[in-house]
Amino acid sequence: MNSHETTFSFLRDLKPGDWLTLLAGVLCIILLSNKVWNGGIADTAVVRSGGKVFSSVPLSRDQLIEVPGPLGTSIITIEKGKARISSDPSPRQYCVRQGWLEQSGEIAICLPNEVSVELTGGQKKYDSLNY
Amino acid sequence: MTASTIKLSTTTEDHHIAKMAAVALGLTVLENAIPSPLPGVKPGLANIITLIVLARFGWRAAVWVSLLRVVAGSLLFGNFLAPGFFLSLSGALCSLAALALAIHLPQRLFGPVTHSVLASFAHITGQMTLIYLWLIPHSGIAYLIPIFATAALVFGTVNGLVAARFMDKDENP
Repeated sequence: MNSHETTFSFLRDLKPGDWLTLLAGVLCIILLSNKVWNGGIADTAVVRSGGKVFSSVPLSRDQLIEVPGPLGTSIITIEKGKARISSDPSPRQYCVRQGWLEQSGEIAICLPNEVSVELTGGQKKYDSLNY
Repeated sequence: MTASTIKLSTTTEDHHIAKMAAVALGLTVLENAIPSPLPGVKPGLANIITLIVLARFGWRAAVWVSLLRVVAGSLLFGNFLAPGFFLSLSGALCSLAALALAIHLPQRLFGPVTHSVLASFAHITGQMTLIYLWLIPHSGIAYLIPIFATAALVFGTVNGLVAARFMDKDENP
């Protein structure tokens, strides 16, 4: 018995139209993921402290922003079009561990220190997201 | 004392449908033993039976087998009329609707794999719609659509190939 033939013998069950269906399926998934997973390209980081806009900076320039809050100073790093909270006095460090924000609409919030950074620009997918 | 018996008259088709639904039910039980990485992502092995019934006995029989499997399966797992039951039902109904259209495609070009893939896409469409309208009315679930769609394509293809293989064996034993 030819082992090569048995390995791929299932291909005989695929008719030309089936290949077409599979191709359409793959295209459909690619389009869906593009639409759902790619937010607009972000170009601005909006930094808020105590609910008020502290500063709004372009992502094109690498910089460190120090934001004062009730617990201390949070440091926001902007680098290569991405932003993250690199240091924060909050006890659980959720916003620091969230890592880099890349897409428009992404947001990192340090509740204890009342500091947040949100990326905007491009097309914003949602007006707001609540969990 | 004479035992009273109720005699139901059944046709050969009824027997076929009952047998196939029983096999589908068996596959559903088997499948529930397989751990899934994400709730809702499962192979849907019972649909292999639906595909075979569709090819052999037609769409009406496939509807019977599919719906019997959903109802009897939910009784078996104890979730009849619970959310999981309605999710299965909405998936099954959408799949059957897709199959009703798919069987009109030229048979020379489109086989069970096409039927299976179209049905599995319809299945997740039905389920996601119900989830959005009833259980989680939040646009955030859209993030999961590509994952479910990929699972639908993969498992739809595999199920279609398995069904095709069984039907090959039927034709030339």
